[in-house]
This record gives sequence, C-alpha cells and structure tokens, in this order.
Amino acid sequence: MNILELSALELGRKIKAGEVTAVEAVKASLEQIKQKEPDIHAYVTVDEEGAVERAREVQSRIADGTLKGPLAGVPAAIKDNLCTRGLRTTCSSRMLYNFVPSYTAEAVVNLEKAGVVILGKTNMDEFAMGSTTETSAFGVTRNPWNTDHVPGGSSGGSCAAVAADECFFALGSDTGGSIRQPSSFCGVTGIKPTYGTVSRYGLIAYGSSLDQVGPVGKNVSDCAAVLETVSSYDNKDSTSISRNDLDFTSALVEDVKGMKIGIPGDYMGEGLDEEVKTAVLEGVRMLRERGAVVEEFDLSLVEYAIPAYYVIASAEASSNLSRFDGVKYGLRAQEYEGLHQMYKKSRSEGFGPEVKRRIMLGAFVLSSGYYDAYYLKALRTKALIKQAFDKAFARYDVILGPVAPTTAPKLGESLKDPLKMYLGDIYTISVNLAGLPAMSVPCGLDGKGLPIGLQLIGDCFQEKKIIRAAYTLEKTREGR
Amino acid sequence: MSRQYETVIGLEVHVELATSTKIFCGCSTAFGGAPNTHTCPVCTGMPGSLPVLNRQVVEYALAVGLAANCQINRQCRFDRKNYFYPDNPQNYQISQLYLPVCYDGWVEIETAGGRKKIGIHEIHMEEDAGKLIHDEWEDCSLVDFNRSGVPLIEIVSEPDMRSGEEVIAYLDKLRMMIQYLGASDCKLQEGSMRADVNLSVREAGSTRMGTRTEMKNLNSFKAIARAIEGERKRQIELIEEGKEVVQETRRWDDNKECSYAMRSKEDAQDYRYFPDPDLTPVVISDQWIKEIKDRQPEMQPEKIIRYQKEFGLPEYDARILTGSKHMADIFEETVAICEKPKEASNWLMVEAMRLLKELEQDPEDMAFSPGNLAGLINLVDKGVINRTTAKNVFEEIFVHDTDPEAYVEERGLKMVSDEGALQKAAREVLEANPQSVADYRSGKEKAMGFLVGQTMRLMKGKADPGLVNKIVKDLLTNRLS
Repeated sequence: MNILELSALELGRKIKAGEVTAVEAVKASLEQIKQKEPDIHAYVTVDEEGAVERAREVQSRIADGTLKGPLAGVPAAIKDNLCTRGLRTTCSSRMLYNFVPSYTAEAVVNLEKAGVVILGKTNMDEFAMGSTTETSAFGVTRNPWNTDHVPGGSSGGSCAAVAADECFFALGSDTGGSIRQPSSFCGVTGIKPTYGTVSRYGLIAYGSSLDQVGPVGKNVSDCAAVLETVSSYDNKDSTSISRNDLDFTSALVEDVKGMKIGIPGDYMGEGLDEEVKTAVLEGVRMLRERGAVVEEFDLSLVEYAIPAYYVIASAEASSNLSRFDGVKYGLRAQEYEGLHQMYKKSRSEGFGPEVKRRIMLGAFVLSSGYYDAYYLKALRTKALIKQAFDKAFARYDVILGPVAPTTAPKLGESLKDPLKMYLGDIYTISVNLAGLPAMSVPCGLDGKGLPIGLQLIGDCFQEKKIIRAAYTLEKTREGR
Repeated sequence: MSRQYETVIGLEVHVELATSTKIFCGCSTAFGGAPNTHTCPVCTGMPGSLPVLNRQVVEYALAVGLAANCQINRQCRFDRKNYFYPDNPQNYQISQLYLPVCYDGWVEIETAGGRKKIGIHEIHMEEDAGKLIHDEWEDCSLVDFNRSGVPLIEIVSEPDMRSGEEVIAYLDKLRMMIQYLGASDCKLQEGSMRADVNLSVREAGSTRMGTRTEMKNLNSFKAIARAIEGERKRQIELIEEGKEVVQETRRWDDNKECSYAMRSKEDAQDYRYFPDPDLTPVVISDQWIKEIKDRQPEMQPEKIIRYQKEFGLPEYDARILTGSKHMADIFEETVAICEKPKEASNWLMVEAMRLLKELEQDPEDMAFSPGNLAGLINLVDKGVINRTTAKNVFEEIFVHDTDPEAYVEERGLKMVSDEGALQKAAREVLEANPQSVADYRSGKEKAMGFLVGQTMRLMKGKADPGLVNKIVKDLLTNRLS
C-alpha cells in the first residue's frame, strides 16, 4: 500500500482501523516533501519536528479513543496567511519574513481539534494578491503537472502540495478565485464556502468583505469532510454566521436528477479557450446524462465584476495592510532617520510590486473627491451583481461554467501584463462579490496534459447542492 | 477698538466610557496596569485579528444620546479612519463618520444671561489609541497599548456658544449628565473627558461664519476659559490689523498662556474613511431604546425638586448636593440610614466641601461609607459627643472611612456631662485666672468666654459646652459657692 495515494478520508479510516499510524502517514508526507520540494516549492515553512511530535500525540489519543473524527491523524498543509501559534506565518512577504503569531486562526484550531496534523505552511502570492503564486517573496511554486507552468494563485502552494501528494489536503483562502483557480490549474478540488461560514479570525486579511477560507482536496468527498470540520460559528468574527446545516458530507450523493443548472452565456463566449470550453461542455453532457436539466441564460453584468472587485478589494487591502509598518512586528528597515522614514523605507522594502500597486490603487479610490466615483459605485455594482445572482437562483439550483479562461500559463507569462492577469479572474470574481459558495472540480485535460476545472456556483448556504453535483460528476468521470 | 465682535464656539468633547472591557475585545480598561498587560491580538493590531463590538458601549452612547435629546440612527455603522501613527496599532482608528449612533440633539445650559439650548450635531463611538513614551536617554520611543481600544464617545456640538462662560456651563452640563448616567467619571485632568474648541469671530450682527481654528490640549475648565479668551483676542487682533485668520489646528500651552499652530488646513490629512468591513451594522430596535429609556436614572433637575419636597431642603442646598451624582448618592444613602436629611446635608455642604477644597479633590473622590456619616449624626443627636469632637471625627471619617462609634469609644471622646467633674475643672480655671474673674466682675463680660474656653481645654474638648457655660457663669455670679 502506498500511503500517499490514499485520499484524506481513506487514510483517516485506515488510521482508525490501525492499518496505518498517524506517525507513518506524517513520515510518508515528509519524505514526499523532501523528494518534491526542489522541483515544486509548494511550502514556505515545513514543520518537520512539530509534525512528528504532534502525530505521536494524536496517535495516542486515537488509540485511547478520545479522537474519533474522520480526519484524525491526517497530515495537512495550511496556506501561509492563516496564523499558526509558534509557527512562522509570512503571507509570502518579506514584510512578515520573521513573524511568529501568538495565536492560531480559528479554522486551523478546528482542524487541530479534529486531530489533523499540520505539516507546514504553503506558498502563495504575496498577501494573496495574484493569480500565479509568482508574486511570493520566497520564490515561485511550480505546477506538479508541468513544472514550466504556474500552479495558479493565490493558493498555488496549497493546490500544488495536494496535487504532488505533499499533503493529504490543504487550506486555502479565496478572495476572487484564489482557491478555485489554482485548484483548476492543479487538477484538484477546492471549495470557497458562503461568506461567513468559516471564521476569518486569524486569516491575515486582504479584502475583508470577500475573503473566505476553504478546503483544497484530492476529491469532492475530502473537500466536503474538511469543510464540515473547519466551518463554525465564531464570536470572534463579527461576520461569522451561525448555521445548523454544516453536515456537508451528507450531500455526497450521486444524484442530480431534475437538478436545474444554468450556464451564463457570457461564461462560454469570447475569451474562453476552446479546449477549456470543450472539457466543460463534456462535464455538462455527463450531468445531463445523469438527469440534470441544463440551459444557458444571461447572467448580465459579468463585465462589471472585475472593475468592481479591484476597487473594493484594493480599497480594503490598502487599509488592512497599513498595520505592516515596522513598528510592532515584521520587517523594519535597517537605516532610517525619524518615524516617517522608518515607515517609508520599511514598507518600500517589505512589499513587492503587486502589493504596492494594489495599495496605491486602493488608497486612490478611497481618497476624498474620488470615494463616490469609485468606491461607492463599486459597492453599488456589487449589490447589483448580487441581485443578478438572486434572479438566477430563482430559476436554477446551480450555476455552471469554467473556472478560468485558460489552463495554467507558463511561468513568467502573466506578470508582464497585470491587466490581462486581472481578466483571468472573470469567472470567479463575481462569486466573492455576491458572497456565494462555489467550487472547482476537475473535468479534463488540455492538449498539453494540463488540468481543466469546472466551476459550480450555488446560492448562499447551498453548498450541499454544488457538492452533490460535483460528487456526481466526479463519480461519473471515474466510471469511464 | 471701534468694531464689536461676536465669538462663535463649537465643541468636540471626547468622553472615555466606564465599561470594564474594551470596545472591540475582552481586555480590561483598568487604569495603571504595567505596560502592555491589558492587551491581546485585537487591541495590538496583530495580523488576522478581528474586532467584535462591546454591546455596553452602544448602551452608554444611547443613554447619553437620549439624555441629550438626540435622534438615533437605527442602523449605525463603524468606519475606518486611516492614518499612520505608532500609538494606533492598525494604522486606522475604528470610528463613525457616515452613520453615527446619535445626531441632532440639544442640552440646556444656564448662565448669568439666562437659559439657552446648545445643539448637539452628533455623538459617535470610537476607540482610543495607545500611549507613546519617549525615552530621551535611549533615544527611542516605546508604545503601551493598554489604552488602545478603550471606548470613547465624541460629542460634537453645533457652533452655538458665544462665550467662555457658556462653554463652561455646557461642559458642566455634559459632565453632570454623563456622571448621572454612570457612563463615565468625566475627569478632565485624567483625560477621561477631553474637549477641543472650535472658535471663530465675526462682526456683531453678521450672519456669516468667520474662519475657525481648532484648539487642542485643554486639560481643565480654567485652561479652556483662558484658551478661549486668548484665541478670541488673537483672532480679533488679526482682523483689526487687516490680516486673515488661517484655518488650522492650534495647541494651547496653559503655562505660557498662548497657543501655537500645529497644522493648517492645507496639510490636513485625507483619512480615506470607509465602512469597516470587519463589523456589521448595529441595528437599534425600538425595544432596545425603550429598555435604555426605562433604565435612565433620576437626573439633577428632578432630584432638586424632590429634595425640596421630600427633605424640606432649600433649593440652594439641593442644587449643591446634586451637583455631583456621587455626592447625591452619599446624601441619599446616609438619609436612608439615619433619617436626618438636614443634618446629612449640613455635614456634606459645610464640612465635606471644606475638606474637598483643602485637599484639592473632586466630589467623585469622596470614598467614605454613608453608614459612618449616619453613625456620626446619631452620636451627635444622642448627645454622646459634642460638635467640636464631631468635626474631628468627621475628618477622620472623610479621610480614613473610620467607624465613628468605635473611634469615639477607643479615644474616650464621649462628652462629659458630669456636673461634679465640670465644677471641679471650672473652679481650677477660675482660681488660676483671678485677673479674668476680676475683669468679668468689673463688667467685661467677654472674659467669661476665655474662662469657658479654658475649662473646655482642661476637659480636652469633651465637655458638654452648654453645661460648662452654665457652671462658669454660676461660679462667677456666686450662684455656686
């Protein structure tokens, strides 16, 4: 038995049955990390010692029956923008190269309670700003399917680690597609839940009103189980929502009979790569075959999502990132004269170009005289986009489309043209603006052998519908 | 000076609320902890931390707003005010700009000129900053975040005041109102109440506003009065000289009694306010407002009327006693125990006020228990101690909160009414002072006072003064032999 080939839930079952120990699983993962990291570089920090020690502790608690959950003893990776007490958390930025949090993010606490073993922290676009993981201050992550290509972003490290079997699942965060797009590029499954489902406490904020933590897994079942584990009402997060329908694994049912699925016409039109389109339509054909009712419709406002998103996310980011000033933690410039220069030099040296670009954009749209024209208008657009989705969900159970217009681009291709990179977020971004749940499931490969993801979008709190559709698609594809 | 000027003043008053925990986290607001001991990831701006609103802050803000006749924004919201300064750990302050909790209210003040309403533009909630400590020896600065996140309300008045007297009356009114509500102790010196003064002058009769300045660093009512007078003169002089008043923020130096410019409008910062996405709007229901209204305590005007009716006190006394909520509380609790309102009122109005003045304290600093004052009143009433002794015992109670009965017992301060003992003492005094006796008998009646005093002294002040008076007189007039 090759432990690494098991899914998270399969491994959890074997550990519970005594066929594998948590320590063996962690050691297998650490060995794989050693093998793969020189090529992939999915991790910023690997906590070898801590993970083994923790696995021993978890194993004894599984043995004495105090840990019973399906993920007990399963090794996982955490995106490096989720605070982990005592374990360096960098957001892949020079600014936080030495930052060791004094507390652990609520989502990670929930994993720890379930007996998950944290292997380390995964690479990402700096402060989650980017779509390729190339803006990391600690070097790029490469796509395990073809190391000349990017893994996508910003949760590129988490998705690459899962794809390369360097962990059994990972946590990512999604502000404009940052879980779904790299999941698509790396051929893994990822869910961005309804805003408020997973606590943001301890998630280092990029765009607070859009950020959500979510799982990246090898298959739909793993994702549902992990989402079930990390979701909770948290009174430390004012935007957290109390839900009593967090039993997402109950939706792992192979049945889409009568499910009404809508495809926005604009999602399949101009700008979409033909191979991606073909693969997505193949997925549609399978769902139809299983009894789903699929039709095209006009979602409207699609072209306004990107400008609205970049205004809102950048505005919030410009304020969220102002706390990184060299005073309390993180990087402080070596030489400076006076407070003003300390700020200026520390922030100039600490932040990379993409982060600076968004801080400047955000500061601009909030400045007096421009607030109404940009920020307020973007908020109004956001509300209209939500209305457009509300209208659509009155007719459809699920909205379907591609995750990204293309498969993973080559390293170095995207950053040359930030505007083009921003346009790559066109299918994912409106989901965050509307606070909806959405996921990416593999639906095929392109001619170069790179994975293609299909996106399923649900109405607020309807994760179970998209999980059911995704599970059905996954099983149907396995059956071929 | 040929032209007449009118001074136009508006106030921004910051009040630190009396909650036990901070506005957005569970840390203590207690004063005086070692640096950075009342802190957590939230109030030190750690990455990933999130604010959660303290409900009590909204309740206090609503209580003050309702007492100041304000409208309530049923859906108020918090906004971020962005600026860089090391005492502000997130480099933004969570405050309210677009939808403050209360707006459009008024309070009534009374000055020599009569009664007047001062408009309240708005009241908003916000967080306090930390404290910077500059270490001159090490040439570095340190930050203490214990104050970071302590809740404040800012009460912004309309530009309705026309003199220093009105400003002081307004501040007094606010302070009293807020103390009565228990929302803050409002101590200017300790910074739990801070006022910034916006002032402009214009020619009398003009309806156009002059250019205003904002004055900061005003730590006492006296400083505020001096700063207003100083700034008024400065602006009038500029106008008389044909110069222009510049819109700017000025810092008052109370030692030098002058102000200097801190920053002008040109380099005013753009705070890039926007709604804080980490906090949801605060929805204020009719029910919540009703609950707070029902809980509002009896305020000074009602108390003044009740004290006159219920206790038969003169209006003047009732006004003084209720001038501080704390004083009124002590008064009412004392009366509840000893049922002697006039006595209780006398002790507080005369002796307590004298001691406060001597010790340079505020009425809020009085820390003795009403039970002890009631005990003292009973001792005097029953004739156990005389008034002279009682004054001393009161001081003891005022300073050390001593139990008067035990104290009198321990020190043997009970009044001596034993005629034999008093006669013996009086005879001794008369014998020792033949000149005074002769003086009295030759018509200098004043001499008797001296002899009574000496007898009291010989009895260590404990004698019944009426009885001593009688005995001395009887001895002098040979009614006693």
